Amino acid sequence: MVQLSCNDIQLNFGGVRALSGVSFEVFQGEIFAIIGPNGAGKSSMLNCISGLYHPQQGKVVFEDHDVTRLPPYERTKRGIARSFQNIALFKGMSVIDNLMIGRHLHQHAGLISGGLYYGPAQAEETRHREYCEEIIEFLEIQSIRKSIVGTLAYGFQKRVELARALALEPKLLLLDEPMAGMNLEETEDMVRFILDTNETRGITIIMIEHDMGVVMDISNSVCVLDFGKKIAGGTPEQVQQDPNVIKAYLGDEDLEEL
Amino acid sequence: MRCGDFKTSYTADMTIFESRSARVMMGLFLCVLFTLPLYTPGFLLDIINRIGIAIIGAVGLNILTGFTGQISLGNAAFMAIGAFSCGYLGTRFNVPFYLSIPLAGIITATCGMFVGIPSLRIKGLYLAMATLAAHFIVEFLIVKWESVTGGVDGMSIPTPALGSYELNSDARLFVLIFVIVVMAVLFAKNLFRSKVGKAFVAIRDQAVSAEVMGVNILKYKLLSFGISSFYVGVAGALIAYQARIISPETFPVSLAIDYLGMIIIGGLGSILGSIYGAIFIKLLPELLRMVTTSLSGSYPELIYKLAAMKELVFGALVIIFLIFEPNGMASRWHRIKKYWKLYPFSH
Repeated sequence: MVQLSCNDIQLNFGGVRALSGVSFEVFQGEIFAIIGPNGAGKSSMLNCISGLYHPQQGKVVFEDHDVTRLPPYERTKRGIARSFQNIALFKGMSVIDNLMIGRHLHQHAGLISGGLYYGPAQAEETRHREYCEEIIEFLEIQSIRKSIVGTLAYGFQKRVELARALALEPKLLLLDEPMAGMNLEETEDMVRFILDTNETRGITIIMIEHDMGVVMDISNSVCVLDFGKKIAGGTPEQVQQDPNVIKAYLGDEDLEEL
Repeated sequence: MRCGDFKTSYTADMTIFESRSARVMMGLFLCVLFTLPLYTPGFLLDIINRIGIAIIGAVGLNILTGFTGQISLGNAAFMAIGAFSCGYLGTRFNVPFYLSIPLAGIITATCGMFVGIPSLRIKGLYLAMATLAAHFIVEFLIVKWESVTGGVDGMSIPTPALGSYELNSDARLFVLIFVIVVMAVLFAKNLFRSKVGKAFVAIRDQAVSAEVMGVNILKYKLLSFGISSFYVGVAGALIAYQARIISPETFPVSLAIDYLGMIIIGGLGSILGSIYGAIFIKLLPELLRMVTTSLSGSYPELIYKLAAMKELVFGALVIIFLIFEPNGMASRWHRIKKYWKLYPFSH
C-alpha cells in the first residue's frame, strides 16, 4: 500500500531551482533511502514532506490526503515525524522533557488545568511519562534521562533526537542523516535502532544517508537525486547498477579519459 | 542531609518538592512568612510588600523572556495598564478588589497578546524595540486619555475593602499580596510541568523543531504574551493598591529595565530565579540606603557623596554578579543544594 507519494515536486528559491519534477512513492512499512551528492536537494525534499518548505508545484499525498499546503504541525498530527541533519533538540531541557514535547499533540490538558495540575492533569502527565519511559528503554538511554540535552555527547544527542521523534507515535519517520559523524560502533547501534523501529513498531522510514554500506544494507528501495532531479530509483541492487548513478557519483568515464 | 531518596513512581518523580523534608521545610517557611506582619515594623513590611509585587511581575516577565525567549521591554507599560484599569474599575464602577485585580490581569493580558502579534515575525533585539515602542504608545495614551486615567495628574485608588473590613495597613495588604504571590508562583511552577509550559521552552530553544513536533507557534507565542501580561497586570494592580496614587510617572521605562535586571540576575528560565532576582533588586537599594544613613551619622560631610555612591555600588554589584554568576542566582542555589545534599560524602 502506498503511504506517501510525491508527484512532480518543484521547489525554487528565487532563481535557484532546488527540486525539479521529483516523483516517488513510499510503501507502508518500508525503509526508503534518498541518496545523492552534496547539494542534490535531499534535505529540501525532506523539508517538502515535513512541511518546512512549500513546493511551487507538485503534490505531497500522505495516506490519500493532499498535505502539500498544510503547516508542519498539521502534518505531525497526521503522523509524519522527522529528525534534523544538524541536531535540533531543545538544548536547555532534559532528555525526558524533550520526549514529553513529543507527546504534545497527544496531551489534552489546557492552560488552566495544566497550571492547577489537579487530578486528571497529573494522571495524564504520568501516563505520557510512562510512554516516554518506554521509548527511553527501547533506545537504551535510561542513564541520561535527566541530563540537559546540550551537555550530552553527539552520539547520544542523535539518539535522543530519534527518541523524540518516536515519542510522537508517528506512522512515517523522516531521518536526515541519522548516522552522520558517528563512529562504527555508534553507527551499528543506530542501524539496530532504525531496524527495530521499522520492524517492531511498523513505522515507515524515509532516510537520507551518505553511508552507502548502511543504505544498501537496510533499505528496501532507494531514490537517487542529483541537481534537484531524480536520476534513478528502485531496489538497492538496481540503483547500484544504474549508469546514471555511477556517473553522478564517480564522474563520466569519457571525461575521466580526457 | 537527604539521602536514600528513591522514587518508585513517575508521579513522585514529577513533584515540585522532591522529598518529604523539602515539603516540610516549605510548609515551615510559609508559616514564618505569613506571621511576619505580627512582629515586623511597618517600614520593613512596606519593603517586603514591594518585593512581593516585584516577584509576581518578575515571574510574569520570566515566563515570556526567560522561558519563551521573547525579549520584552514593555512590561512597565503592561503594569501601567493593569494599575490604571484596576483604578478605573474601582473608582467608576466600585468594583471590589477581588474582582478588579483579576479583571485588570485579563485586560492587560488582552493588550499583551495584541502587542505580541509582531513577535511572530520579529525576534530578539527587534522585538525588544517593538515592545519598547508599545511602551511609549501606552504612556502617551495614559497621559492623553484624561477621562479614564486622569492624565498627568494621575488617579487616586480607593482603599481595597472586604465589606467593611478595609485593607488599609501594610500588614493587611501583606496578606493580600502574598496570597497572590503564592498562587502565582505555584501556577507558574505547575505550568512548566505541563504541556503548555514545555511548549514555551521548546519555542525558546528551537522554534523550527518545535513546529515540527506539533507545537502551534502562533498560538503558544500569543499565549505566552497573554499569561505573562496577566501576571504583570496583576502586579500593576497591586502597585496601585499599595501606592494609593498612581500617575504615568509611576511606570517609567527604567522600571521595565529593572524587571529585566531581576530575571537576568535571578536566572532566566527559572521561577525560583525570578524570586531571588526580585528580592535582590528591590532589597539592595534599601540596604545601601540603610548603610549610607548609618554612616552619615559618623561622617556627616560624606552624606551627599554617599548618596551618589549608592547608585554606583548598585551598578557595580549587578555587573559583578553577572560576571561571576552569568546563569543567575538560581543556578548558584542549585549548586549549593547539590553540594549539601550528600554532605559530607561527595558522591
